[in-house]
Amino acid sequence: MAIIDPGHAAKQLIYERVFRSATLAAAILVLLILGGVFVSLLRGAWPALAHFGFSFVTREIWNPVTDEYGALAPIYGTVVTSVIAMLIAVPAGFGIALFLTELCPPLLKRPIGVAVELLAAVPSIIFGIWGLFVLAPVLQRHVQPWLIEHVGHLPVVGPLFKGPPFGIGILTAGVVLAIMVLPFIAATMRDVFDTVPPMLKESGYGLGATTWEVMWNVVVPHSRVGIVGGIMLGLGRALGETMAVTFVIGNAHRISSSILAPGTTISSSIANEFTEAVGDLYTSSLIALGLLLFLITFTVIAAAQAMLRRLERRGFAVA
Amino acid sequence: MTRRTRRKMTNGVFLALSLVATMAGLACLAAILWTLVSNGIAGMSWHLFTQMTPPPGGQGGLLNALYGSAVMTLLGILIGSPIGVLAGTYLAEYGRDSRLSVTIRFINDVLLSAPSIIIGLFVYEIVVVRIGHFSAFAGALSLAVLAIPVTLRTTEDMLNLVPLGMKDSSAALGAYPWRTILSVLYPAARSGIVTGLLLAIARISGETAPLLFTALNNQFWSTDLNAPMANLPVVIFQFALSPYKDWQDLAWAGALIITVTILVLSISARVLLALLEAERGSGR
Repeated sequence: MAIIDPGHAAKQLIYERVFRSATLAAAILVLLILGGVFVSLLRGAWPALAHFGFSFVTREIWNPVTDEYGALAPIYGTVVTSVIAMLIAVPAGFGIALFLTELCPPLLKRPIGVAVELLAAVPSIIFGIWGLFVLAPVLQRHVQPWLIEHVGHLPVVGPLFKGPPFGIGILTAGVVLAIMVLPFIAATMRDVFDTVPPMLKESGYGLGATTWEVMWNVVVPHSRVGIVGGIMLGLGRALGETMAVTFVIGNAHRISSSILAPGTTISSSIANEFTEAVGDLYTSSLIALGLLLFLITFTVIAAAQAMLRRLERRGFAVA
Repeated sequence: MTRRTRRKMTNGVFLALSLVATMAGLACLAAILWTLVSNGIAGMSWHLFTQMTPPPGGQGGLLNALYGSAVMTLLGILIGSPIGVLAGTYLAEYGRDSRLSVTIRFINDVLLSAPSIIIGLFVYEIVVVRIGHFSAFAGALSLAVLAIPVTLRTTEDMLNLVPLGMKDSSAALGAYPWRTILSVLYPAARSGIVTGLLLAIARISGETAPLLFTALNNQFWSTDLNAPMANLPVVIFQFALSPYKDWQDLAWAGALIITVTILVLSISARVLLALLEAERGSGR
């Protein structure tokens, strides 16, 4: 017969309350962090936003001497580098996912998957120095002259590939970003493809479809939401990526028609100029850039998570 | 050309392209590692670990930067991981599918992919501006904020993997949830939680952007948490972009050290997870 000690039970209850409150407080702190990020950025950005108003996002000028700042060039650079990155990384990531789910010998599946994931673990500053000292010279010597000679005089797309081959610039930044987001896109797509019921694929094969036809007509339609979610997750990374871009973009606050020219992005402007910024308006303008980046990436990542969550309910774990 | 051959050719072309994409991805990883090893090995010497970062054109090492990185990473994990583990515990054991938990889970996943430079600006605003100067403590704090989402995520996932029977047995013995969590669930999920910590360390030890506005850099030896502190990523950033050969060599050596550390951490985390799965598979 057990004897219940009332004192012991009461103490247990107190411990329980304390522990539960501690875990709850930690969980709520996560919410507070996100709220805090928004509020503190808004406060820091307020002087610049109040001074320039809406023209902050529509003007290209960025002049610390006359204390005039506009975010158009960084916004343009951010969008264009990310678009280039996605144009390269989405097909390549799709290819890797296709290879891993349909073609790869089972023995190699794990090592190659791990290698792709290790590429995601390499810190962004490493991509930066690699991009600057290895990739940029290669692009400058071999790829860009070819683009200028063969694509530069075509109508419509021609102006994008005009001017001298600098090596560093918008295009190089886009290529480095593509390599950086490739593992995220490939890994998410692979996980999404793995959730397609084998029965569906077998039915396709049973009708005499080739591997590619099963992929394109069965697997892709079935996992559309997940594919888009994975792409947007990669896009979120590309938009906010800082150090790698800072190394190779050339840091020029102007909008050139050519993607071979140097440019700037939101994050690389902040990284480059923040510690050297003198004057409240200058600092505040940089924080306003940070606020813009926060709003853009938050929207993209939140949309991506919402899409992947719709899949999760069908039994898919978000990577 | 018959329809049949055309379909077969389409198939062959796309499968070949997927092979090319995979090879290209692996080639990038190999190229980056090769560049790091071939450039970094030249700068490898004992001086790296015994001397301070040099002035322009001088000889020196990376001792202060290595120390600073270790201190700030460690401090970041010490502050961030308990919060992440506790919050993950709340989501897995207390909150579950309440509206609050669903929201927190969502916000956490957003934070997980949020640009780290934003976190740097945030800590700059709430710490550096208030105190009035850059400090190692602010750097550690920004790393802690980055470590929280990683540890939260793995803790929640790992606690969810613990067999329900173990929890029920503990409850049947009259244990309150806190006892069950501390004495049954945490030990059962230990290697999983440790994996999360390793991944978090790997994630924050290479971060550069948030440290630029918080810890900044310091050319000299400093152990003062209330002063700017040297750290490997920012030193690599400054030295690699400098025109001095000595500085660039040090940057490559630092890049090699940081990458090897992070890859070793990531691989150990994976091995740990694989061991865990094997253990589960053997019906324990």
